[in-house]
Amino acid sequence: MSPGFQGRRRSAEPALPPGQYLTEDFPVLSAGPTPRVRPDVWEFVVATETGAEHRWTWAEFTALPQETPTVDIHCVTRWSKRGTTWQGVSLDVLLDGVDTGASYALVHSYGGYTTNLPLADLRGGRAWVVHGYDGRDLPAEHGGPARLLVPHLYLWKSAKWVRGIRLGTTDEPGFWETAGYHDYGDPWREQRYAGD
Amino acid sequence: MTEMSYLDGNMLDGPLREVFAVDLSGATGRCASCGTTGPMAGLRVYTHAPGLVARCPSCAEVMLRLVRGPDRTWLDLRGTTYLQVPTPPG
Repeated sequence: MSPGFQGRRRSAEPALPPGQYLTEDFPVLSAGPTPRVRPDVWEFVVATETGAEHRWTWAEFTALPQETPTVDIHCVTRWSKRGTTWQGVSLDVLLDGVDTGASYALVHSYGGYTTNLPLADLRGGRAWVVHGYDGRDLPAEHGGPARLLVPHLYLWKSAKWVRGIRLGTTDEPGFWETAGYHDYGDPWREQRYAGD
Repeated sequence: MTEMSYLDGNMLDGPLREVFAVDLSGATGRCASCGTTGPMAGLRVYTHAPGLVARCPSCAEVMLRLVRGPDRTWLDLRGTTYLQVPTPPG
């Protein structure tokens, strides 16, 4: 046993956010029954504060430029998973050409789930709508056919079964944000609950 | 492919005992979405989530959410029109 050697090994890995532990599997969390959305009826809608709507069918969405981000993810229930690889479209691409002065986004999903975040957090190469995980189609239990991926915030912000985003000039708290969870949810500042 | 499982509303008895002085195991609730009225023990409770989410067995809309922080608890009942609790004759 060499404590020094162990110490070097630990420091070689980037730290986890406070209060998190590593998991190798991929826990499935869900606040309700799993929606089954066929790609031929799936659509994604960005609505602006003026009511203008930008829509994509599955064919249009999957024809957009694709990225394969590899990111660490952090769930507010304290598990973190390293090096998850996804396939999807950057929100920078989806928001390109969307004329808006909004500061806030309310993400909504098939099944009724919602979550809110500042529009700025969806920009700058930090957020995607993903339809693939680990080289395969995204399974329904992990949010397929498509989910949001915003890995710099707790995973409840990465809405499964995503259907659209409403842009607005006021912040509108979502499903967990109205039930005690933090409005922003930065894992590195351990913003789990309201007021943290 | 796994389907998300749920527990019946009896599992809410313990967590809600922290919030309510009355025993809710015999309570009746009315769904704000579809109007179905029935025992709270009949709700479908999704527990693999950041909080407990209890849904109407008829329409699957959310009737109750319970979030337990380290030193605070939030109860959201906006999906429940009323709770009817048995009380002794007054």
